[in-house]
Amino acid sequence: MKSTFAWKDHTSRRLLKDKAVLVGVVVLSLITISPIVLIISKLVAEGYQQISLDFLIKNTPDTFEAMTAVANGEKIPGGIANGIVGTLLMVTLASAIAIPIGVLTGIYLYENQGKFMANLTRNISDILQGVPSIVLGLISYLWVVKHITNGFSALAGSVSLAIMMLPMIVRSTEETLKMIPQTLKEAALALGVPYHKVILKVLVPTGFSGLSTGILLGISRILGETAPLLLTALGSSIINLDITQPTSAVPLLIWEFYNDPNMIGLIWSSSLLLMAIVLILNIVSKQIAGKRN
Amino acid sequence: MTNTIAEVKKPILSLKDLSIAYDKNYAVKNVSVEIKKNTVTAIMGPSGCGKSTLLRALNRMHELYENISTEGEAFLNGNNIYDMSPIKLRRHMGMVFQRPNPFPTMSIYDNVIAGYKLNGIRTKKKERDEIVERSLRDVALWDEVKDSLFKKGTFLSGGQQQRLCIARALAFSPEVILMDEPTSALDPVATSKVEDLLVKLKENYTIVLVTHNMSQAARISDYSLFMYLGELVEYGKTKNMFTNPIDPRTEEYLTGKFG
Repeated sequence: MKSTFAWKDHTSRRLLKDKAVLVGVVVLSLITISPIVLIISKLVAEGYQQISLDFLIKNTPDTFEAMTAVANGEKIPGGIANGIVGTLLMVTLASAIAIPIGVLTGIYLYENQGKFMANLTRNISDILQGVPSIVLGLISYLWVVKHITNGFSALAGSVSLAIMMLPMIVRSTEETLKMIPQTLKEAALALGVPYHKVILKVLVPTGFSGLSTGILLGISRILGETAPLLLTALGSSIINLDITQPTSAVPLLIWEFYNDPNMIGLIWSSSLLLMAIVLILNIVSKQIAGKRN
Repeated sequence: MTNTIAEVKKPILSLKDLSIAYDKNYAVKNVSVEIKKNTVTAIMGPSGCGKSTLLRALNRMHELYENISTEGEAFLNGNNIYDMSPIKLRRHMGMVFQRPNPFPTMSIYDNVIAGYKLNGIRTKKKERDEIVERSLRDVALWDEVKDSLFKKGTFLSGGQQQRLCIARALAFSPEVILMDEPTSALDPVATSKVEDLLVKLKENYTIVLVTHNMSQAARISDYSLFMYLGELVEYGKTKNMFTNPIDPRTEEYLTGKFG
């Protein structure tokens, strides 16, 4: 026969289960955040000594200078200004290419929901997102390095980065516009506003925070790209502003430092800088997205 | 006052056999109606009777949606609406929607002047100031917002937002204002303000109002259309329709037997 207090036993078992699940959730969450904590702490610990004004405004040292400094136990002279400027140049150029095309494509997809061409475009754009970045580098090498600039160049690097950004901007534009109430579009049309102005002056400004979030995330995604740049921008030991010439970038420098035993000390500081920029962009885009809601 | 509708001479709007279908399903069937200038005309009927559909056909809002087709004719001052450019037509026919929808990125001032700004019509600052003040005074909102004209329109209360949207429609001095249940999202106090406003506005404008609320139609409209299942059942002076409906369906609806 069942005891009348049988349900009490169940309660304690349930409470125990409850606790076990809670512990499980906390442990798993800790495991999830531990890589980022470990990465940042390692970068800060190893990299902060090299960070100085010189690091930001001087070009990379040559191997000999670095070797002497390491041998004397000094700080490695010079900095990564060529990489910072190169990254800024290529990211700006890539954004200038990808943002207009991406936003317009996103608007096209939003306006033609369910139509064959729009669905095709959306699917192709999704596939593009999955193309390995080294393949994009190869394509840009074929198109730009071989046929336009006749040599490694910032332009070639920017084109490969722009193709990487494109699907993210397309998607975020479409999703943002879809969230804007239809009544707003109707309100503008009811005022006799021509269609293109409704989009450019009402829908795009209303979805501005969503659009900029997508764009910032796209930028932070390409900031750290190395593989396509190896095949296109190549690298440079001096600051270069000519888009037809080989150009350096922060991730390219990290790769170069890695291959030069004398420069190991600069890997951490460069990575720290790159990580900091990406982190800031992510936080800013989250802030913008949060403001909207 | 006479009891006949024949007195509508030189109507501002006339609809001839207007039918509207969503994917071949007719929501409005062969509606023919003439609407008199400087009146408030209410379109009444139970949900799904096609009243909003009919209203939205007048400023060609349906053209946004590919599955909606319109047959028949409609004239604004004798000009076929479907031959005009929709942009030009909509400038003569303002619209106020069910829920207040001020542009969220714009200030109160910019919302009122939006018709000019978005259309790229150049105006002098003095002119703009006048239009904004006149339109806001017309909707009795001026005193409430004159010190915060450059705050976002979305900070206003629901009733104020709706009056702002009416001001936005008025700023362009349209001939007709189409209103799709403009008070259904408002509380009673805001509703009565908007209703008072409509009665005042008919001096200068013609108002076509879709309403779910029979007492609202009785309070403010001069003429009423009663629609049922997409058909125009009865059209006449509101007073007559409420006291002496001709069609049994109108009577049943008005006495609360259905709807």
